[in-house]
Amino acid sequence: MELCDHSAAELGRKLRSKEISAKEIAGSVLKRIEEKDKQYNAFITLTDELALKQAEEVDKKISQNENLSPLAGIPVAIKDNICTKGIATTCGSKILEGYIPPYSSTAVQNLIDDGALIIGKTNLDQFGMGSSTENSHFGPTKNPHNPEYVPGGSSGGSATAVALGESVLAIGTDTGGSVRMPAAFCGVVGMKPTYGRISRYGVVAYASSLDQVGGFGRNVGDTALVLDSICSYDKNDSTSANLPKPNFYPSLKPDLKNLKIGLPKEYFVEGIDTRIKEKILAAVKLLEENGAEVHEVFLPHTKYAISTYYLIATAEASSNLARFDGVRFGYRAKEDVTDLTTMYEKTRSEGFGKEVIRRIMLGSYVLSAGYYDAYYLKAQKVRALIQHDLESAFEKVDCIITPVTPTLPFKIGEKNEDPLQMYLEDIFTVSLNLAGLPGISLNCGYVNEFPVGFQIIGKAFDETTILNTAYAYEQLHSNNK
Amino acid sequence: MDYDVIIGFEIHAELKTATKLFCDCEVTYGAPQNTHICPLCTGQPGSLPVLNKKAVEFCVRAGLAMNCSINKYSLFARKNYFYPDLPKGYQISQYELPLCENGYIIINGDDGEAYPVGIKRIHLEEDAGKLVHSSQSISSSEYSLADYNRSGIPLIEIVTDHTTNPMRSVKEARNYLEKIRQILRYIEVSDCTIEKGQFRCDVNISLKKKGSPSYGNRAEIKNMTSFKFISEALEYEIKRQSKLLKEGKKIEQETRLYNEEKKITLPMRSKEDAPDYRYFPDPDLIELELEKEFINEIRKTNPVLPDELLNLITEKYKVSQEDAYLLTRNKAVANFFTECAPHSDDNKKLARWIINNLLKHLEENSLTIESVKIKPKDFASLINLIVKGEVTDRVGKTVLEEMIASGKSPEVIIDAKGLKPIEDTKELNKFVDDAFSAHPEVVEQIQSGETKAINVLIGQVMRSSKGKANANKLRELILERIEKE
Ligand SMILES: [Zn+2]
Repeated sequence: MELCDHSAAELGRKLRSKEISAKEIAGSVLKRIEEKDKQYNAFITLTDELALKQAEEVDKKISQNENLSPLAGIPVAIKDNICTKGIATTCGSKILEGYIPPYSSTAVQNLIDDGALIIGKTNLDQFGMGSSTENSHFGPTKNPHNPEYVPGGSSGGSATAVALGESVLAIGTDTGGSVRMPAAFCGVVGMKPTYGRISRYGVVAYASSLDQVGGFGRNVGDTALVLDSICSYDKNDSTSANLPKPNFYPSLKPDLKNLKIGLPKEYFVEGIDTRIKEKILAAVKLLEENGAEVHEVFLPHTKYAISTYYLIATAEASSNLARFDGVRFGYRAKEDVTDLTTMYEKTRSEGFGKEVIRRIMLGSYVLSAGYYDAYYLKAQKVRALIQHDLESAFEKVDCIITPVTPTLPFKIGEKNEDPLQMYLEDIFTVSLNLAGLPGISLNCGYVNEFPVGFQIIGKAFDETTILNTAYAYEQLHSNNK
Repeated sequence: MDYDVIIGFEIHAELKTATKLFCDCEVTYGAPQNTHICPLCTGQPGSLPVLNKKAVEFCVRAGLAMNCSINKYSLFARKNYFYPDLPKGYQISQYELPLCENGYIIINGDDGEAYPVGIKRIHLEEDAGKLVHSSQSISSSEYSLADYNRSGIPLIEIVTDHTTNPMRSVKEARNYLEKIRQILRYIEVSDCTIEKGQFRCDVNISLKKKGSPSYGNRAEIKNMTSFKFISEALEYEIKRQSKLLKEGKKIEQETRLYNEEKKITLPMRSKEDAPDYRYFPDPDLIELELEKEFINEIRKTNPVLPDELLNLITEKYKVSQEDAYLLTRNKAVANFFTECAPHSDDNKKLARWIINNLLKHLEENSLTIESVKIKPKDFASLINLIVKGEVTDRVGKTVLEEMIASGKSPEVIIDAKGLKPIEDTKELNKFVDDAFSAHPEVVEQIQSGETKAINVLIGQVMRSSKGKANANKLRELILERIEKE
């Protein structure tokens, strides 16, 4: 076991007791990247020099017995749609070719301020649009358990990096499941807190009302650690929740007493791989046997979630992505450009990937005069119903358990020609984004070499309950193994 | 004329807040290009807008001054279109639920009556950047340069309601524009300098047969750069549209541009080509909720309006309507008057002196009333001296110039320059003696009953005393002497 395979909590202890140095941690992670990343392609940009410099600073502070935050000296990988000052931020797209942000996102700044080592920028479906990390200008990322398979997406690079030990922690973004879904496919923990918990300032917008940053770790504790750093109120984001900084990690306790778990019948119907269903029901049973109560809950509007999501997300995306026009930054088409309009058209046709163009067109249509009421407005109404479903369910239970994905990881290229099939991968995750609720995805076993994840959904701003439930499950599960 | 004219406006006024609408960049004019920009106002990926509360306050102030109802809840929306001066590819504006709705302002109608022009809405939005083309237009230019200093400066858009007392003539249109500008300047939310692009208008005009209930199609004329051009464009449109109607032709609903050289309007785009802005609520901004106290506070502290000041000046200070109108055109001038008035013995004369002498002097020397050092109390003293005859009009003007230049009181200037009126009877009589011996024929005229001729003698003494003789005393002395002779 190398240093890069240890948990963040463990590495923190070893650092503080001066058993190891931050530089050694950085070295271990960079060595793993050197060994693995040619094959798995989790990173778009490596920031090894920065990480080593940050490690030196941490080591200096340790030698001077200075107080350190729990993340000091811990490697963190950043999804490449989160702005990093002075470091290329590509969103996995050609259209941002050569773009170096003049500022850092609040989430990344929090990590830097806490002494985390920024290892690099990870691969993603362009602008977060996809569920497989295949829609990247920089090539697909491979599943850490079988490189012929997808790691899920869109934060597939971050999930893969953590799974392979190419980083210890990572952050990603979750608009419809983009943190939770690759976490399930890669067998790591991924969590999206409540909308508003983490500032979106500096996160390249895909769908502003749904986008939320999330964290990855190889266990629940590590995930809580990274969230403690990136969750903060930010006056630069008008949708940021004005709440004190959380203490998720220090307050973790494996407590299942009186816990009421909801099981929505609508999530275990046709379309879900029975092997996944079995694993999840086994996980629920394990929790029940250890003190939790299980209740059936009803989420009757679940079947509309995917269509609602794709109407709202694409509408917002069509507007958010208008700024990529070749005028001020990024890629600009040069050949056969005769006037301003052809410059726009060629830049955008050549710069954006196929899926991005599809969503921009869909979203433009949804917002068009004459269609707005039928699509966008109606979707907003259904969104309110979905939100209401969840609120009603939470009157009876403390958390809800569902699958993360209906299928096991699929082969690279397998679903490329069928976008609708790909969209259905998000069927269990999008409702949370529509309702703004927190959700955690963690492993509950394997089918062949592929991990199976399940999702615990919590009430708004009650991340503690789902973290504690996940933490309790994790301990029971490892004891059971 | 056989047609009724209906004119409406969309006015954009730049707010003079310290910072931009959604970022902390300074609001400036004429600064070196791209020196007041940040990730947000250049549309960098990941940047987010944060609403400037002061701009909301300014918009509400305008709404209250224009008798609008202020919406407790309002929304910001994205107006999507591509242009290189618009860095985000959309403008943050308001669509449904603007800050202010359903108001009116009173203008002088053509019939001489007060005419309340309906205001449909006033909303808040951000300005775009500024393009400098290497040639005439973006399409004919080899290159265009973009300056984003202006990008994100707050604007209010004031839209008239064409169903509630629209303007009926070019003159009313002009009155409307001047009134809007006057109000915005009075409430200190915009400087409204047209040359600086702080006040921009789109005007729409339609004609209908006299008495007909149905409106004709509207032509909108965009980007008018002066009040004069607006009047000219409207005159032209009235001619063009009435000619078409007389010929039995249809008027197209379209957007037109005014050609300032040829003094004609030309089609820009038809209704079918009108862009679809795909408005939707901006998910980066939460619904704006205004507390009652916030609105009440603005109501309480909203500066005095031009009509209120005009009423005060005519009613309390008994100045004529015409003079009061001239005084209130500029708030600083009106304020100067009201500060002088309590110290003045003759407010009508005070008003006349401000209009005829002070403002004329300022205008001739391109000065503003704010920039001169003259104190209201001193100005009133000068008027009082003139009223008492202790200073002649002529000396008064000299003293005023000196007051403007130095800020000294009239008494100090009169003393220092030896302009003190000659009050001494002995001294005055010397001048009178000279006048009588120089003009025996005038003396005879007076004696024979032509009392008006006395002014010739007074004028003579004024000339020889360099205007310093106390006019009232002088008249007495001359009359005394005539009786004796
Ligand atoms: Zn700015």
